[in-house]
Amino acid sequence: MIPLASTVVDLSRFQFATTSIYHFLFVPLTLGLAPLVAIMQTLWHRTHDDAWLRLTRFFGTLLLINFAIGVATGLVQEFQFGMNWSVYSNFVGGGVFGAPLAIESLAAFAIEATFLGVWIFGWNHMSARLHLATIWIAALATWVSAYMILVANSWMQHPVGYKVVNGKAQLTSVGALLSNHFALLAWVHVILAGLIFGSIVMLGVSCWHFLRRRNVELFQRAAKLALIVAVPMTLIQLSVGNRFGAAVTSAQGMKIAASEAQWNTCQPCGFSLFQIGGFSAQDPNPSVSITIPRLLSWMATGSFNGKVQGLNQLQAQEQNKYGPGNYMPRVELMYWSMRTMAMLGVAMFLIAAVGAWLYRKRRLEKARWFQRIAIVAIAFPYIAAIFGWILTEMGRQPWIVQNLLKTSQAVSPSTSPAMVGTSLGVFVLLYLTLGVVDFILMRRYARLDPPQVGEPGMGAAAAVPDMVSPPLSYEGA
Amino acid sequence: MSLETLWFCLIAVVWSGYFLLEGFDFGVGMLLPVLPHDERERGLMFESIGPVWDGNEVWLVIAAGATFAAFPAWYATMFSGFYIVLLLILLLLIVRVVSFEWREKRDGPRWRTTWTLANTIGSLGATFLWGLALANLLHGVPLNSSHVFTGNFFDLFSAYTVLAGIALMLLFALHGASYLAIRTLGDLCIRAQTAARRMSVLAMLAGIAFVAWTAVVAHNRNSRGILPTALVAAVTTAALLGAVAFTYARRSGWAFAATALSAVGFVATIFAGLYPRVLVSHPSFANSLTVSNAASAHYALKIITIVAAIFVPLLLVYQSWTYYVFRRRLGGEPVTTPAAAVRGASARRTA
Repeated sequence: MIPLASTVVDLSRFQFATTSIYHFLFVPLTLGLAPLVAIMQTLWHRTHDDAWLRLTRFFGTLLLINFAIGVATGLVQEFQFGMNWSVYSNFVGGGVFGAPLAIESLAAFAIEATFLGVWIFGWNHMSARLHLATIWIAALATWVSAYMILVANSWMQHPVGYKVVNGKAQLTSVGALLSNHFALLAWVHVILAGLIFGSIVMLGVSCWHFLRRRNVELFQRAAKLALIVAVPMTLIQLSVGNRFGAAVTSAQGMKIAASEAQWNTCQPCGFSLFQIGGFSAQDPNPSVSITIPRLLSWMATGSFNGKVQGLNQLQAQEQNKYGPGNYMPRVELMYWSMRTMAMLGVAMFLIAAVGAWLYRKRRLEKARWFQRIAIVAIAFPYIAAIFGWILTEMGRQPWIVQNLLKTSQAVSPSTSPAMVGTSLGVFVLLYLTLGVVDFILMRRYARLDPPQVGEPGMGAAAAVPDMVSPPLSYEGA
Repeated sequence: MSLETLWFCLIAVVWSGYFLLEGFDFGVGMLLPVLPHDERERGLMFESIGPVWDGNEVWLVIAAGATFAAFPAWYATMFSGFYIVLLLILLLLIVRVVSFEWREKRDGPRWRTTWTLANTIGSLGATFLWGLALANLLHGVPLNSSHVFTGNFFDLFSAYTVLAGIALMLLFALHGASYLAIRTLGDLCIRAQTAARRMSVLAMLAGIAFVAWTAVVAHNRNSRGILPTALVAAVTTAALLGAVAFTYARRSGWAFAATALSAVGFVATIFAGLYPRVLVSHPSFANSLTVSNAASAHYALKIITIVAAIFVPLLLVYQSWTYYVFRRRLGGEPVTTPAAAVRGASARRTA
């Protein structure tokens, strides 16, 4: 029975990881592109310059293609806690997790989905000002939605505002739950990630058009807006990511120790930039490594002489507290996830900074080498986000709720390996298909010329003779 | 009324809202292969639900979220127990969601036909399975003493639960036709009315059979008195009869109101039969989940009650507003004679 049960756990974990990482490929672009589209529409509203309207429609289409999959895959996430993790769902059943999810659906997602629908189809149905308000309301709601989801997730990382009664975590303070400093940091981190997604994608798409010398004047504006957002956001993100790391150090020491492959407690601690070997307890010393002295102490504790606990010491402490077992996440994966994410973060800042410098020198639309880099860089925020979640979630293992419930004890007893295996296979196939189609569509629409004013569905400024035509058709573009 | 009972009612209301709203957009999806004569009319049908289907599906997200928050044990047992059914629903809904967004993103008849078909399959399948799933709450599934589902996928299929799925498909198809009758003009509108007439009697009979059987199941499986369920079933029956009468009388607005009330009645009858249970256990009735043993802690219920008191009325206001914004009928030329049809076609060509 035991190997069978562990198969259900493994399959359920693999399914949750696959579906949530996939979901999060679409979420941050919505978080970032929605306000950027709102800003572009506001600029059009203020200046009556048709260029901004064309850009609004152009990037609005990308936003909608992306949003559709975000919604569809979000439903899977909401169902999956009950379907695959019923013991977990019962354990958190005193409001600590279900309440933020319910609040999210009622107070944020409902607003976001309804108003985005109105925005898509509402161009000719209301005043320009009211129509502008709908995209801002939708954008704001996506940010509130992200907060509530991260409140729920942060409770798993750093439980607050609860007491355990009869084996169930009961909410005792909604104030503590909502003001969990973990959630605040995670939210800032995710919102910045969203804005970086939005602006890096906008920059890359603009550069694609520069490279082909198409719509250059129009995409100069888009690139400028993207750079105005990307430069400060990537810079702030480096510092917020750092602060977040310090919070993790105090609440989830194991996660940080693993992501640094720090086997033994150190003081002061150097930050390892790169190492070969040193990823297992049998082989704790890397054969090759490049280390910056004292940097880890500063990053993890804020002091250049701070103490960071090692994996071996933490393992001993946890065994004392929670009984025998392995309390270490997978060190090598954590180490490289952390570095991939952080290095891509730095790379995106450098790209944004160089882009801004080129823009100031009026060379952005000519610098073909930079344009090629910027197009490739569209992949960077995606990769960074994937590894960010691997770090966050796998770094918490073996716990599903830090120090309260183990992942291995949380799965649905009524599911079998065959069931979960089937659903996993089905999700992987469906998601791959959706991913391919989505990629083709996004690429196709990113390469189109933005629609001309006067085409069907171009909004209040345009004469729209045929109101029947789908407002987002770009026929003839 | 205790908070537990209040949340039981609220969840019934949210499911009712979901059936009322998504019911007609599912129905429009089901009618896609039969109603439109050309691509333009298919486009009109998509446009009639385009601005609102996403807002309609929100009600499902709220139903699941509210169940998790208010009755975590219900959420845990139902979602893990109905694993395969919910997996299928998710797949069907995902395919349907993307069909809306992707259908118009490329030209080419095969692309459009594929996604139109995807929408229809998603609508039909999800409707059947939601009918089946909700009927199972009352019909009962095997639970052990820790409320863990001990049955399998096929335990969810019985004559009663399958009838629920079929009756719901017929009802939503009718609901969709009566929605199109008040949202379109011309040929399409006339054909929607005709389709509604053709379906109405069958939908009514299936609906009445279902609600009547529900009262019996509630009595036999859930030891409920006949009266409370029968009362709601009677109102639903009246709504179904009204739907037939108004459809034949060509009173489209009233017909839509009647099919909407029938969709609400479908949910209300099940929930009236269910209380105070939320998930009946069969054969071991004692293992059933009830509003009290499945409920969340009192404090958590208080918090979400406050949130609901603010955001449910707000939701009703802004969603009503979206229906007001998109109230204009779609489609053109009210074609009644072949001559007029030719005139209409030539007018389109010159335009």
